[in-house]
Amino acid sequence: MEPFRPTRGGGARAVLAPAEASLLRSLVGQVIMLIAPDGPPRGQPDGLLDWDALEASLGERQTPEDPVLARLLPDGYRDDPDAASEFRKYTESGLRSAKQQAAQEMLDTLPETGGRIQLTHDQAHAWLKALNDVRLALGVRLGVTEEFEEQWGRLRDDDPQWAAYEVYAWLGAVQESLVEALA
Amino acid sequence: MSVAPAEVDLPRSADNPVSDKPWVTIVWNDPVNLMTYVTYVFQQVFGFPKKKATRLMLDVHHKGKAVVAAGAREAMEHNVEVLHGYGLWATVQHDN
Repeated sequence: MEPFRPTRGGGARAVLAPAEASLLRSLVGQVIMLIAPDGPPRGQPDGLLDWDALEASLGERQTPEDPVLARLLPDGYRDDPDAASEFRKYTESGLRSAKQQAAQEMLDTLPETGGRIQLTHDQAHAWLKALNDVRLALGVRLGVTEEFEEQWGRLRDDDPQWAAYEVYAWLGAVQESLVEALA
Repeated sequence: MSVAPAEVDLPRSADNPVSDKPWVTIVWNDPVNLMTYVTYVFQQVFGFPKKKATRLMLDVHHKGKAVVAAGAREAMEHNVEVLHGYGLWATVQHDN
C-alpha cells in the first residue's frame, strides 16, 4: 500500500494492492451485516396498527448483548439505564443507518482489484468512520487493550490470532495515514 | 382527522428548563481509537483549534475521560449522537 496523502480540495489518495482491497471490502461487509437492523419488517396489516413493528421501527431500547454491537452502538448515559434506554429509542436506528451509509460509501469507492483510490473530503470522512468501526469490531473481538503491542508480542507466530493482530495493526496504520492526510 | 394522544414524551430539553446545573458531554478512554483520530474528531465536531483538541484528547487518554462540552441536555445528546457516529465512546451526564 501507498499510504494516504492529501489532495487539493481536502480529499485524499492512496494505492492499495488487490489483496488489501479485498481484505478491506470483506471486513467492511462484515460490519454492514453486523449493524443491519434485525427487527421485524415495518409493514402493517390493513386497518391494524402493528405495535411490534412500530416498536421495532423506533429502535432498540436495550444495550446489545454482543460486546461488539454494544461498542458500535454504545449507551448514551452511563449510570442511568432509563435515560440510556430513552436515548437509544430515539437514536439507535439513525446511528445504524449512518454507520451503514459510511460503510457502503467506502465499498462504493474501493475497487475490488485495488489500485489508485481517490477520495473527496466527504468520501474520506466516510472511510474514517467505516475504518474506525472495523477497528472497533476487531479490537473488541480480540480483547485489545492499551498494551496492544505487548499483547501481540506475547503471541507465538503460529497462534491462530496472530494474523488478526497483524490485520488490526495494519488497519490502524491505514486509518492513521488517512487522518494525517486530512488534518 | 386524528386525535391527540393523552400522553406524549416531551422533548428531553423540556424536562428541566430552569436547571442551573448544566449537562455535559463526556468522552471516555478506549483502547482502540487512535489519538490522532480523536483529536481530529474533536476539531471537526466542536470546531476546536488543534491545541485544545489535543489537550482534551490527552485528558481522555491519561485521566480516562474528559468533559468536552457543557450546556443544555438536548445539545449534549446531539453531541453524543454525533460522536457515536465517529465511533467515540461518549455519554451525557448531569453535572452535579
